[in-house]
Amino acid sequence: MPQRGYFIDKGTQVMNRKEFISGNEAVAEGVRLVEPHVIAAYPITPQTVVVERLSEMVEDGSLRSEFLHVESEHSALSACMGASAIGARTFTASSSQGLLYLAECLHYASGGRFPIVMMNANRSLALPWSIYGDHRDSLSQLDSGWIQIYVEDAQESLDMVIQSFAIAENLKVLTPVMLNLDGFVLTHTYELVEIPEKETVEAWLPPFKTPYAMDLDKPKNMGFSSQPCDNMEFKYQQHRAVIDAKQIIKEVDASFGKAFGRSYGGMVDAYRCEDAELIVISLGSTTGTCRTVADELREEGWKVGVLRIRFMRPFPEEEIIEITKNAKAIAVIDRDISFGFEGTVYTNVNSALSRNNNSILKLNFIAGLGGRDISKESIREVFSDLGEGLNHGKVKHVKFLNLGVKIDE
Amino acid sequence: MSNQAITKINARTITDKEFFYGHKACAGCGGSVAVRLALKVLGERTFTVVPAGCMSAVGFIYPQLCFANNAIISTFPGTASMLSGVAAGAKALGLKDYHVVGIAGDGGTADIGIQALSGAIDRRDKIIYICYDNEAYMNTGIQKSGLTPFGAKTTTTPAGQNIRGTVTQKKNMFEIVAAHGIDYAATASIGYIQDFLNKIQKASQVEGTSYIHVFAPCPTGWGTPVDSAIDIAKEVVDTGLWYLAEYENDEFTLNRNPKAFSSVEKYLKQQSRFKHLIDEDIETIVTSRDKKWERIRRTWKL
Amino acid sequence: MNRPELKQFIKPKHINDYPVGPSFDAGFLTSENSGWRTEKPIVDAEKCIGCWQCYLFCPEGVIFKSNNIIDIDYAFCKGCGICARVCPKEAISLIKEHK
Repeated sequence: MPQRGYFIDKGTQVMNRKEFISGNEAVAEGVRLVEPHVIAAYPITPQTVVVERLSEMVEDGSLRSEFLHVESEHSALSACMGASAIGARTFTASSSQGLLYLAECLHYASGGRFPIVMMNANRSLALPWSIYGDHRDSLSQLDSGWIQIYVEDAQESLDMVIQSFAIAENLKVLTPVMLNLDGFVLTHTYELVEIPEKETVEAWLPPFKTPYAMDLDKPKNMGFSSQPCDNMEFKYQQHRAVIDAKQIIKEVDASFGKAFGRSYGGMVDAYRCEDAELIVISLGSTTGTCRTVADELREEGWKVGVLRIRFMRPFPEEEIIEITKNAKAIAVIDRDISFGFEGTVYTNVNSALSRNNNSILKLNFIAGLGGRDISKESIREVFSDLGEGLNHGKVKHVKFLNLGVKIDE
Repeated sequence: MSNQAITKINARTITDKEFFYGHKACAGCGGSVAVRLALKVLGERTFTVVPAGCMSAVGFIYPQLCFANNAIISTFPGTASMLSGVAAGAKALGLKDYHVVGIAGDGGTADIGIQALSGAIDRRDKIIYICYDNEAYMNTGIQKSGLTPFGAKTTTTPAGQNIRGTVTQKKNMFEIVAAHGIDYAATASIGYIQDFLNKIQKASQVEGTSYIHVFAPCPTGWGTPVDSAIDIAKEVVDTGLWYLAEYENDEFTLNRNPKAFSSVEKYLKQQSRFKHLIDEDIETIVTSRDKKWERIRRTWKL
Repeated sequence: MNRPELKQFIKPKHINDYPVGPSFDAGFLTSENSGWRTEKPIVDAEKCIGCWQCYLFCPEGVIFKSNNIIDIDYAFCKGCGICARVCPKEAISLIKEHK
């Protein structure tokens, strides 16, 4: 069995209940523990279960949030911004078409410095319609100014809901956080999840306090216009805050580990990369399959490793450069494509590695679009292509994995 | 609850404080009168949401910030939804004795903002929504909106040889909002200012959602003298092209039932935006007014 | 204070002088509107009866109650003339301003 991506801090003796729940339900459990003041969300497959569970929790009294039945995703995030502007802690969830419908509000929220937490169920974008998972929705919004996290399993989903509020609401950050779960593969898959005690969460997560919200004693004017002489300064501030978030992310993860007994190692999660010659880089739940294949290849004598990027923004340039410094070839698996060029994760990784100025081979594999399964065989093909590329074989810079037909190229 | 809840609000009793000041609206702007007075009625403990439009554009250019109490600009379509969020947040935080008010123009209410408004009314969120109606998208340069009346010339409905301005009728926002079963809705005009003040005060006491649609002339966009806003806002009511009414408890009430209407032609022809109208157009306008009033007088409480 | 006043605005020199995001003090005024006028409203104290209609209808809020009649904050008056139009006693006249 591959080693799990998180470590248990043996010093912490916490007896928590375990439940057999889906990724969506784990998110809802996390939200119940945090108990935001206001929840406003619109249902969309495959996020619906989050919204349904939360409304059940409100009904039975175990979640005392103000729950708004908004009439669209745009209104969901807009309502969250209104609540955040008055100093309330808020949560929302969306996916795919909904995420794009509220896209204007993404920039509004990050520019407005509202520390909202949003769960996004990664789902493909129409057209053609697809309710199944890929990363095209969130990766197309990488420039929106949000911190973006990609989780791998239900436990991490629950834990990162709690961590996301701590990161977002930190006054050095004040940036909204998008928590991404793979549609269906993670949102609807059941796992054993440890659910912390509410007291532990209340003791660990400080209440949301900000001097910048509307206040009856110190009234504010917010969401104002800027002239050309001021706009860049506001944007620089935002950029700085996301960079500064890197340090906060590490501190929050370490502190979470002490309080809850689980931490995730920060912005990336490296598996058997120390002496790896070939490294596959991926996001989210695909990584599990990659590790299984890596273990098999190790048995066969290959020196391989798997690097999971947990945070796409801020981008873990230093970690990626450090972890791949002795590798000979890396492959980035993108569950998205910027049509006419490359996958977005690859573009980001390539940019970071290009500053190192070495001769590492970098290949991009487009996989799993619209819910296409990413099989062990496909991952083997990736490692195999890396090997072939090193032996001066002709390999494509961008390759679509597991197409069902022959193409003329 | 405003501390002026019991006393009738008029020029004598209204607060001396100013909450909308130093703004860059056109001289003589009807919309500013509506905003300024609404905020004076509601008082200090008010959270205001304003979408993209004239009032936000003139009041919020950093570092000149013209709202003296808490105010935020929302996205263009999102005034009502942001209001819902503010109201929910205020409730969750346990705040007491405050108002949540949105002040939007044509677009933010009747067109791009109508979805969110519909949702907020459906949820019965405790908010006051004020539409200041200047009958076009004025902030972006006088383009046709859903509230532009028949015959009006705008930059996107120019009056020429082939088409004589706007060919559609004004959206009936008052009845659209009433059809939701809203707790309280009213039409008003800055030309009948006491009626407007009363209605804002009444809205501030509603335990639910309220909507005030106030006619607010734009001399710049309509082509009338700089000091004409108040007179025109009174005249439109006197012609019957606008009415003062309320909706609550499933019932429509007409507040003012003129014995005779003043001249529609005179009202229209003093405005550049209607100068091109021919007799046939004026007749269309008068006929549609008569048809509407026949129905109002037959079915509403008078 | 009944209404926002002009404040001295010091242009930020360091990024930390900027407000954090677009959130700042309500009612912060840094520039006058007096330059917009070509005409200035002048009140005849003899004719004014303190009905305060001009105070009510002013789009700018620059007319305020003073000594049972009114006074005007000329820093923010745009000279629109609505006050003169609504006055029932014709106590306000608009005088051309020369700058």
